[in-house]
Amino acid sequence: MKSMASLVFRGGVHPEYRKELTASLAVVSMPAPAQVVIPLQQHIGAPCEPLVQVGDQVKLGQKIGDSKGFVSAPVHASVSGKVAAIGPYNHPLGRPVQSITIESDGLDTWDQSIKPAGELHELSRDEIRKLVREAGIVGMGGATFPAHVKLAPPPEKPIDTVIINGAECEPYLTADHRLMLEKPGEIIYGLKIMMKALGASRGIIGIENNKPDALRVMRQAVESEPEISVAALHTKYPQGAEKMLIQVTTRRKVPSGGLPMDVGVVNHNVGSAVAMTRALREGKPLIERVVSVTGEGVVRPANLAIRVGTLVSGVLEFCGGLRGNTRKLIIGGPMMGLAQTTADLPVIKGTSGILALTDEDVDLAESSDCIKCAKCVGSCPVYLVPTFIAQAAEHKLFERAEKLHAADCIECGCCTYVCPARIPLTQWIRIAKFEVLERRKQK
Amino acid sequence: MQIIYAVAALGGVGILFGALLAVAARFFAVESDPRVEAVREALPGANCGACGFAGCTKFAEAVVEGKAASNGCIPGGSGSAEAIAAVLGREAELSVPLVATVFCIGDCESSRDLFLYHGIKDCVHAQKYGGGFKACTDGCLGLGNCVRACPFEAIRMGPNALPLVDREKCGGCGLCAVSCPRNIIKILPKGDRGHLVLCSSHQRGKTVQNVCDVGCTACNACVKACPQEAITIEDNLAVIDLAKCNDCGDCVLKCRQGTIFPRARIGGVSGRTRAAAGARA
Repeated sequence: MKSMASLVFRGGVHPEYRKELTASLAVVSMPAPAQVVIPLQQHIGAPCEPLVQVGDQVKLGQKIGDSKGFVSAPVHASVSGKVAAIGPYNHPLGRPVQSITIESDGLDTWDQSIKPAGELHELSRDEIRKLVREAGIVGMGGATFPAHVKLAPPPEKPIDTVIINGAECEPYLTADHRLMLEKPGEIIYGLKIMMKALGASRGIIGIENNKPDALRVMRQAVESEPEISVAALHTKYPQGAEKMLIQVTTRRKVPSGGLPMDVGVVNHNVGSAVAMTRALREGKPLIERVVSVTGEGVVRPANLAIRVGTLVSGVLEFCGGLRGNTRKLIIGGPMMGLAQTTADLPVIKGTSGILALTDEDVDLAESSDCIKCAKCVGSCPVYLVPTFIAQAAEHKLFERAEKLHAADCIECGCCTYVCPARIPLTQWIRIAKFEVLERRKQK
Repeated sequence: MQIIYAVAALGGVGILFGALLAVAARFFAVESDPRVEAVREALPGANCGACGFAGCTKFAEAVVEGKAASNGCIPGGSGSAEAIAAVLGREAELSVPLVATVFCIGDCESSRDLFLYHGIKDCVHAQKYGGGFKACTDGCLGLGNCVRACPFEAIRMGPNALPLVDREKCGGCGLCAVSCPRNIIKILPKGDRGHLVLCSSHQRGKTVQNVCDVGCTACNACVKACPQEAITIEDNLAVIDLAKCNDCGDCVLKCRQGTIFPRARIGGVSGRTRAAAGARA
């Protein structure tokens, strides 16, 4: 075991974690709602086409949307009932997305196609990939990259290590923490599925050392697994970003513009591991996930197992509603999550948290001019100079932004967090990054 | 003694290079048309690009080569056109001066916001976020892209987050209209004659009423009131044909929302709230 001090990266910040709001609360299953709204795009990649029509009867777990694209993941009915509408609906990403609204019949009858796929040793690599794809599993830490794509690297890039991301470095969120405490067996089975699909010989479960109970439980669970180790990571944001996680656990550096598979590593979230286990053992697609409903604005914070497609407004109601001084509603964590303009939007596969911040937590100070203090430079975990990139973006100098490696930004938000002038650096850099990537596409 | 060597050496080098430069200036001289410089002098020099050329010098070259008309410079107006015509010994073409007009009066008091936007103060970027923070999807966001785009400093942000156009300074180049993500600014011929419906919303009347106190609801009252039949409803928005409008003001009296204004009163005048509409009626 490496020493604690070695498992740390340069840069990053130490925000207030505030995980005590929900860290000790066991996951509660929220009753299936009367209506679910299932967006046809809950992943990065090609959106799905609906496979059902308005008025159709659907069963629980039935595939209702799919795409021919490789980088895509199908969507499934999370209740049984009738398709009430297909059309644009609010989406956590900010603009309406084609969505299927299903009115529940309250019976939760499983689709007849749902049956266990068999034991892991009986399945071939391609069968596993197909099962993961058909189950609609995406990266559940929030990035929503289709999981089966990460299980099928090109042959010239052999994978020797699979890392399970249990860092959960975002403040407030405890969904992964609870999963590690309550479902260690399923996480380890999920890791074995990934290792088999990738032919990897080593599995690492990375957990920040502010979760000693999760570290203890996972270490106990891997005692009889020689190939799998648990790494205690220094508590620092963004420890759970894949490049940081790979760097501290394997000492390998993902090159600029590269992917983890370039250094023989694949990363998956603990939620994705559990989803894969269920897809294989029970045949169940990804129709439910654990969400931390938290923040000082929520009357009764909780860790909930919520059906995908449940409306956030309904979830908040289940948790006793919002306090009067709630100022900001965020889907995800406070650092990388997206502030919402309405609660009338569905929980999707990548929704790790629903966070309500109050007046006391939200800083609405106006931004002023850069004072060249370079705090952002010191905090950047990927060695960028955020203030220069932001200035380039402000003056539309996107070639300069490209030279400053704007495209390498992981959008962790550390620079904005530390900026004493309150400059929305991450927002500027995202603009620069978008432009740089668009220009590369055009070339 | 050494100082003399140094002075002589440096002076000699200086004379040598001076001579070389003189020879080079003669042999590598670039032929330039003196008329280009004269035309360039006649232009305002804002490099706004409204003529379609990359700056005033390029336009001047194009005019001298006959590729552009003498009235091509919109901000320069008839003054520039005549000066250019004089330089080139041609007849000046007629020049119509233009002015930017903001087609929204929904300020922070009379129109509602959907949420609090706290980020980059830029209309284009604010628009990307949830389609803009204003409840009205066509209303002015008031973050001042037009103010920054104006090469004549003719636009400033009014006290209630709506841009005010100084009609004297405005050159009519249209850069503000291009910078506006909601296409609220339109470029019209300069002048005080005629009335305008100061709204850009193509939403249905009920939607407009819900989000703004001074937006056009396409209620048809002005259309019926107009004796000149100058007003039509186009896609849920009343539009006044300036060629037909005779400034009788009947539409202003009929408009329940207070959206219609005589052109003489807009631009430089900031009172477009409901109170102002009431005072006028």
